[in-house]
Amino acid sequence: MKISQLIILLFLLVILSIFVGVSDISLLNFLKWDEQQRLVMVISRIPRTAALILAGVGMSVCGLIMQQMTQNRFVSPTTAGSLDAAKMGILASLIFIPQAGLWFKSLFAFGFTFLASIIFLKIADRIRYRNVIFIPIVGLMFGGILNSITTFFAYKNDIVQNVNAWMMGDFSGVLQGQYELIYFSVPAVVITYLYANKFTLVGMGEDFSKNLGLNYRAVMNIGLFCVSLTVSVVVLTIGTIPFLGLVVPNIVSVLFGDNLKNTLPITAIFGAIFLLICDILGRLIIFPFEIPIGMTVGLIGGVIFLILLIRQRS
Amino acid sequence: MSTTTKILILVFLTLSLSGLFLFYNLPNSWEYALERRGFKVASMIVVGCCIAYSSVVFQTLTNNKILTPSIMGFEAVYMLFQTLIVFIYGDQTFQVIKNSGNFFISVGLMMVFALLLFVLIFKKGKSNMYFLLLIGLVLGTIFTTMSSFLQLVIDPNEFLIVEQKMFASFNRMNIDIFWYALGFMILCFIIGFRKLQHLDLISLGRENAINLGLDYNKSIKFYLFIIAVLVAVSTALVGPLTFLGILVTNLTYELFKTYKHSILIPCCCLVSAVAILGGQFLVEQVFNFNTTISIIINFIGGLYFMFLLLKVRKV
Amino acid sequence: MISVDSITKKYSENTVVDQVSMQFPVGKITSLIGANGAGKSTLLSIISRLLKQNNGNIMINDKNLESYKSRALAKQLSILKQSNHLELKLTVRELIGFGRFPYSQGKLTKQDEVKIAEAIDFLDLGDIQDKYIDQLSGGQKQRAFLALVVAQDTDYILLDEPLNNLDMKHSVQIMKRLEQLCKEKGKTIIIVIHEINFASHYSDYIVAMKNGKIIHSGATQDIMNPKVLSEVFEIDFEIIHKSGKQLCNYFY
Repeated sequence: MKISQLIILLFLLVILSIFVGVSDISLLNFLKWDEQQRLVMVISRIPRTAALILAGVGMSVCGLIMQQMTQNRFVSPTTAGSLDAAKMGILASLIFIPQAGLWFKSLFAFGFTFLASIIFLKIADRIRYRNVIFIPIVGLMFGGILNSITTFFAYKNDIVQNVNAWMMGDFSGVLQGQYELIYFSVPAVVITYLYANKFTLVGMGEDFSKNLGLNYRAVMNIGLFCVSLTVSVVVLTIGTIPFLGLVVPNIVSVLFGDNLKNTLPITAIFGAIFLLICDILGRLIIFPFEIPIGMTVGLIGGVIFLILLIRQRS
Repeated sequence: MSTTTKILILVFLTLSLSGLFLFYNLPNSWEYALERRGFKVASMIVVGCCIAYSSVVFQTLTNNKILTPSIMGFEAVYMLFQTLIVFIYGDQTFQVIKNSGNFFISVGLMMVFALLLFVLIFKKGKSNMYFLLLIGLVLGTIFTTMSSFLQLVIDPNEFLIVEQKMFASFNRMNIDIFWYALGFMILCFIIGFRKLQHLDLISLGRENAINLGLDYNKSIKFYLFIIAVLVAVSTALVGPLTFLGILVTNLTYELFKTYKHSILIPCCCLVSAVAILGGQFLVEQVFNFNTTISIIINFIGGLYFMFLLLKVRKV
Repeated sequence: MISVDSITKKYSENTVVDQVSMQFPVGKITSLIGANGAGKSTLLSIISRLLKQNNGNIMINDKNLESYKSRALAKQLSILKQSNHLELKLTVRELIGFGRFPYSQGKLTKQDEVKIAEAIDFLDLGDIQDKYIDQLSGGQKQRAFLALVVAQDTDYILLDEPLNNLDMKHSVQIMKRLEQLCKEKGKTIIIVIHEINFASHYSDYIVAMKNGKIIHSGATQDIMNPKVLSEVFEIDFEIIHKSGKQLCNYFY
C-alpha cells in the first residue's frame, strides 16, 4: 500500500464519517440543505470528524514516540499508565477545585501525565535489558496502581460511576465550542515530527546519545511534553481510547517496516483511518444508538494486539 | 533472630489480632456476635493463605518478585461477570443468583479463563511466563473496557451493587461460601504440599531444573492450575485484593532470607494473615468503615510496588 | 555413549542445526568449536533435552532420549549452561546439594552428604561454602555451579562455554578439574568452547561446526591444522608445536 492510497482512503472515510448519522443528510443535494441540516453539519458532524482525525493522529504518534524512547514495541499510553494518570489528574482537579474550568482540568491532567511518564521512563530504564515483554507488564501494573488511587478518591466522593462515564472514550459529545482543546495536539505532533530521529537516539540510552552529542535530558523532556500534552487533551475532550497508540504503530511496522522517517506520516494517517473506521462501525452497529469509541477501539484494538503478540512468537 | 523465633512472633501476632477481633467491644448478645466474628476472622485467614500461597508460587515460576497472579486478568473476569449479571437482572440480581451460585459461577469462569490462557500458551510448545502474563493483562484490559461500558448503561441505583463488588470486603461474608472456599483451599494445599521441593528446583531457573531431572513443563502447568484455583477462590470470596500478594511475599523474603519453600510458604501465609487482620482492624476501628480494606491494601501495596521497581539494580 | 542422528533445529525459516549426526567418544573430553551462531550451543541444548529438535534422534546408552524419564536421565547426564543469574538466598553448599536431587528428591542422605563434601573439596570451595551465591565473584560462582554438576555425579557432563567471563587463572583451574574428572572418574565431557588454545590443550577430540553442520571432527591433533581451522573460522592460522601439544597463533 502506498501513502497516496492511504490518503485517498482517509478522504473517503472523512466523507463517510460526515454523512453517517441520525439526521439524514445527503451529500448530493447539499445545495438544497435547509438551515437545520447546515447546523447539524457545522455544530456536530464536522467537529466530530475533525476530532476523530486529531485524536487518531495524536494518539498513534504518541504511541510511536513512546516506543522509540523506550525501544520497546509494546509501550504506549495504555501500557505506560499515561491514560490512568490523565484520569487521575482530572479527578484531582475536580476534587480540589470543584468549580475548575477546562483550563484547570487540562493543566492538572497534563501535569499528572507528565509526572507519570517520567516515573515510567525511569522504571523502564532500570529494567530495559530484562525482557521486552516485562516492561509493558510493569506499565500496566503501574496504571493499575494509579487507577486504584483514583478509584479510592472517587469512592470517597461517591462518583465512581460518573468518573467511569467521563473516561470512556466517546465522540458523540463532540460539539462545536466544546472540543477545540484537542487542537493543542497539533503543535505537539508537529514538534514530534521535527524531533523524530532524536527520539530514536534517546531510546538507545543516555550514554549512547550523549556520546553522539545529543542533549539527552532536553530531548527526553520534549518527547514527554508532546506525549503528555496530546494524551491529556485527548482524554479531556474524548476520554480514554485504550490500545490505539499501541496497535497502530505496530500494524504500520508490520505493513511498512521500521524506518521512522517514512513510517511517522504513515502512522499518523493510519491512526486517523483506524479511528474513523472504528467510529463509523460504532455508529452503525446499533443504529440509531451508538457504541462509544472507547469500547469499539478497546475491543478491536485489544484483539489486534493479541494477534500481533501471538504472531510475533511463532 | 532465629527462624523459629520469627515464626513464633508471627503466630503470636496472628493469634492476638484474631483475639482482638473476636473479643474487642463484644456486645451483649455475644453468642451471635462471636459466631459472626469467628467466620470473619477465619475468612480473613483463608484469603490470606490463598493469596500468600499463590503469590509465592507465581513469583517462583516467573522468577520475579514484583509480580502477582491476580493481575493476570482474573479480577477483570470477575468484575465483568458481576457487572454483566447486574446489567441483565438489575435489582433482581440477588433473587436470580444466590450467593453460592455466584461464587461457583465466578470461580468456574475464572478457571475457564485460566485454562484458555494456558492452552493458548502451551500449545506453542514454549512456556514463556511473561508472555502468558501479558496476554492475561491485555485480555484483562479488554474485559475491563467491556465492564466500564456496561457500567455506563446500568441504572445508578443498581450500580451500587456493582460498586460493592469492586472492593474487597469481609463484612458481607456468607457462611456457606466460606466453607466451600475453605474446602478448595485445603484441597489445593494438600495436593501442592507433596511437591514443595520442586518449587525449590524451579527457583533455580528452567535449565537447572531440567538438568536436575524435573519435568519442568508438567510442574509449571500443575502449579499454574493450583494458582488459578486459589486466586479464583479468594477473589470470589471477598473481591479483588490486587497488590496484597506483592506486599506480603516481599516482606516474607526480607524477614526469612531463605530459598526454601517449605519455610517461605507457611511464613508468607502468616504474614499475609497479619496484614489482612491488621488492615481490617484499622478500617473498622481507626477509619470507622470510612474506607475499605482493598483500598488500604492497594494503596500501601501499590506504593511498595513502586518502591521495589525503583530500587531494582540496573542490570 | 551419546550418539545423535540427523538432528535438525529450525526457528521459523532459519535452520540453526542442520542434519547433524555424530558419536561422542566415551571417557574423553570433546570440544565443540565454531564461530558465533554455528549451532554449537543449540546442539548441546538439544542433547540435554533443554530444547526439542525438529527432526532426528539422540541415543544415550543405546536408549532414545525421549524414552527416558527426566529424573532417570538426570542421573546419567548433566548440563551446565552459561548464564546462571540467580537472586536467591542460597548458600554455596545448599546449591551443590541440589546436585543430589535426582537421587534423593530433596531429602539428603548420608551418602549425599559425602558426595557434596567431595564436590566442595574437588573445587576448593571449602572456604566459601556458607556464602550466599549472590555474593560470589564470577569465578567462584562458576566453580560453585560446576560443583553442583560434580555432585550430580553423572557419566556424561555437558558444559556450555564454562570459561565465559573468566580470567586465565580461573579458566585454567576449571579446565584442569575437567581433565581430572575425565581421567580419574572416567566421565565423558562435551564442552562448547571459544578459546581454541584451551580446546587444543585440554580436549581429546574436537568437533568443528559451521552454519549448523559439522564440517570436521576427529582427534585434536588432526583438527589443529591450519587448513581445517581457517575453513572453520575464516581467518588464517599458524600452528606452533610445543612439547607435544599444538598452539594456535591467529593474530595476523
